[in-house]
Amino acid sequence: MEIVLIGLNHRTATVELRERVAFSVEQACEAADQLRSRGILDETLVLSTCNRSELYGVPRELATDSAGAVELFLASFHQLAPADLNGSLYRHRDRSAVDHLFRVAAGLDSMLLGEAEILGQVREAYRIALDHGATGPVLNRMFQGALEVGKRVRNETEIGTRPVSVAFAGVKLAERIFGKLNNHRALIIGAGATSEQVVRHLCDRGVKQLRVLNRTEEHAVDLAARFGGEVIPWENFASALEWPDLIVTSVSGAEPILARAAIERAMGRRGNRALLMIDLGVPRNVAAGVGDLYNTYLYNIDDLTEIVEQNKKARQAEIPRAETIIEEQIEKFMHWQAGVAASAVLGDLRTKLATEREAFLRERLSSISDLSERDRAQVAVLFEEFTDRVVLNPAERLRGIPELRRKLQNLEALRDLFHLDREKP
Amino acid sequence: MTGCSWQVFSDLPFFSVFFVPSVVKGSFAASKKIKDLTQRTQRHREHGEFEAWKRRASLEFFLMTSPYVLATLLFYSVSLALYVWNLREPSRVAGIGATVCLIGALGLHYLALLERSRLIHAVPYDDLFGSLSLFAWLLAATYLVLEAIHRRQAVGPFVLPIVLVVFLLAHASEARPIKAPPAQGPLFAFHVTLNILAYSAFAISFVLSVIFLLQNRRLRDHKLGMVGWRFPALDVLERMTRSSVLIGCGSLAAGMTAGFIWAHRLQGVYWDGDPKVIVTILILAAYIGYTFLAQTAAWRGARASVLCILNFMFVIFSYSIVNRYLSHFHRYF
Repeated sequence: MEIVLIGLNHRTATVELRERVAFSVEQACEAADQLRSRGILDETLVLSTCNRSELYGVPRELATDSAGAVELFLASFHQLAPADLNGSLYRHRDRSAVDHLFRVAAGLDSMLLGEAEILGQVREAYRIALDHGATGPVLNRMFQGALEVGKRVRNETEIGTRPVSVAFAGVKLAERIFGKLNNHRALIIGAGATSEQVVRHLCDRGVKQLRVLNRTEEHAVDLAARFGGEVIPWENFASALEWPDLIVTSVSGAEPILARAAIERAMGRRGNRALLMIDLGVPRNVAAGVGDLYNTYLYNIDDLTEIVEQNKKARQAEIPRAETIIEEQIEKFMHWQAGVAASAVLGDLRTKLATEREAFLRERLSSISDLSERDRAQVAVLFEEFTDRVVLNPAERLRGIPELRRKLQNLEALRDLFHLDREKP
Repeated sequence: MTGCSWQVFSDLPFFSVFFVPSVVKGSFAASKKIKDLTQRTQRHREHGEFEAWKRRASLEFFLMTSPYVLATLLFYSVSLALYVWNLREPSRVAGIGATVCLIGALGLHYLALLERSRLIHAVPYDDLFGSLSLFAWLLAATYLVLEAIHRRQAVGPFVLPIVLVVFLLAHASEARPIKAPPAQGPLFAFHVTLNILAYSAFAISFVLSVIFLLQNRRLRDHKLGMVGWRFPALDVLERMTRSSVLIGCGSLAAGMTAGFIWAHRLQGVYWDGDPKVIVTILILAAYIGYTFLAQTAAWRGARASVLCILNFMFVIFSYSIVNRYLSHFHRYF
C-alpha cells in the first residue's frame, strides 16, 4: 500500500499561487470524488489552509506514476497549466509522506513555529474527508496518528506555549500576573491596528470587561463595537485609569500620555491593586518612572520584542523533542502498515497454495484407481497440513516480526518468489 | 489483638483517627518480629527496666524500620528530582512520576512513623525525631492536597527540599522518647497534630511567598527567563498563600483549644504560665493580621509576602528557641 502526497506551501509557492490552488470544502469533496472515479487514487484527503494545499492519497494497486497523475489532476482541477506548478510542488511517498503530515500536525512546518491552529485544520480536513467517505483504512490510521502527534507535541513540549507575537506576549504577561483574565478588566488607549491585535487576544482569553479610549471617538466606537467593549470619552482620561487591571496604550504623540503622578493617583484610588501597563507606542506613551511604582508592571515595545525573541529561540530549542515524538509515531504507523501489508501477502499466498494443491492432487490422484473417496480426502487433508506446516506457519511470523519483513525487503521477495503479483488482474 | 497492642493504638489516636487503622492493624499483626518486640517492651515496662531496654530496642527498631526510612528517602529524592526536571523541561512523564513518587514517599513515611511508634511505645511527637518527621510528613501531605486543588506542580521543587531536609534532620537527631506529663489521650493527640498541621500550612505559605517575591521581581525586571513562564500567576500565588494561612490559622486555633481543654482536665488550669502558649497566641495573631493586611491598599502584593515570610520566622523561633530554652512543657511541638 503506497501513500502519495502532492502539495505546496508558504515555502514553495507565492501567496498568489497558493490562493489559486486553495480548496473550499465543496472543492475538496469534488476533487476526492474525481480522483477516485478516474482510478488515480483509492483513498484521498485534501488539506487546504491559507499556507498550504496538500493532496494525500493511496493509489490503486499496480498503478504507475500515481504522483504524476495527481500533479496533472491538481493543475487541471484548478485550471492551471502543469508548468504553472513547476518548482512549487513537493512530492512525498510512503514514510516521507507520513513524516511530512506528522510535522505539519506538530506545527513544525508552520510559518509560525508551533502554532496551534494547524492541528484544528488537520482535524477538520480529516473530518470532512471521513464524512464524505473519501478516506480508507490507511489514511484514517495516518490522520489519527497525525492528530495524536499534534496533541502529544503540544502536551509534552513547550513548542506552542510561549507567545511569539508582541500582542500575544502582552496578553500572556497579563496572565502571569492575574491568572485567568475572566475576572479582570482592560483599558485600551488608542484604536489602531496594534491595539486591535491585543484586543483580539484579550477577547480570546476571555477578558471580563473592555473599554476603549481614543482621541478620535469614531475609531474607538468601531473597535469597541467589533469586540463588545464600551467607549470612554477622551475627556474622562484621568478617571478611567483607576478602573482597569491592564492598560494597553498605542497612540502617537511626542510626550507620554500617562505621567507618573497620574498613575500614582490612580493606584491610590484603586487600593494598590496590581496594574499592568503595556506601552506599544513609539515614542513611548507611559513615562519611564511609572514602572517603579508599587504593584505596577510596565512593559514597552522593546521589552515585549525581547521576550518574543527569547521565546522564538525557546521554541526552536523544543524542535528535537518534538521530532522524537514524531519519530515514535511514524514507527508506530509504519509497523501497523507493514502488518497490514503482511496480512495481504499471506492471504494471497494462502489462496495460491490452495489452488496449486488442489490442481496437483487432481492430476496425480486421478491415475491411482484403487483409492477410495475417503482415502483421497485423507490425502488432501495431509497435504493441506503439510503446506501449512512448511510454508504458511513460518510465513505467519512475518505479521509480527518487523525485522523479518525488512529482511524480505518489504515482502517484495515473497511476492516474486511465489509469483503472487503476476496473477493479479 | 493483645492488650499491649491496644495500648499502642490508644496512644496513637492521631493514626487511628486520621488513617485506616484496620488496614494497618492487619498488616502489622502479620509481623511476628514486631509483635515480639512490642510484647518484650511491655514486659520491661512492667518490671521497671524500661530505660535500659529502650536502648537495646532502639537498635532493633532501627534495623527494622531502616528499610522504610531508606525507601522514604529514596522516594522523596526521586520525586524532587522529577519535580525539578518537570520545571526545567515540562514533560507529562516527569510530572506524573513526581506526584506518584511523592504519594509513594508519603505512604512509606507513614509506615516508618507508625512502625517506630509501635516499637517504642511513643507517639511521633514525644521526641524531636518524631516531631520533625511528622512535620515533614504533614508538609508533604499538605503540598499534595494543594497540588491536587490548584493543578500546579511548579511549587513542588521548592517544598520538597524542605521536606527532605526536615526528614533528614529528624533522622540525624537521637530517637529518645521523653514522656511529657501523661501525654496520652485523643484530645492531646488532636492538640499536637493540629498544631503541627498548622506549622506545615504556614511552611507552605512561606514557600509560596518566597516564590511570589521571586516571580514579582522577575516580572518587574522583565526577566521572566525559562521558568518564569511556568510558575503560577502572582494572583494565584497570593490566593494559594492565603488559603494555606487560613488552613494554618484554623488548625492552630482548634489545636490550641484542644490543648487548653486538655490542660484544664489534667491540671485544673487552662494555662500554667508556659511561655510557649503566649508565643503561639502571638503567632496566631500575626497570621490573622496578615490575612487582613494582605487585602489592604498599603500591604497587598509583595509587602504581604514579606510579612508572611517574617511570620514564618516567628514559627521557627517558637519551634526551636522557645521549645528548647523557654518552655518547660512543650518540648517538641
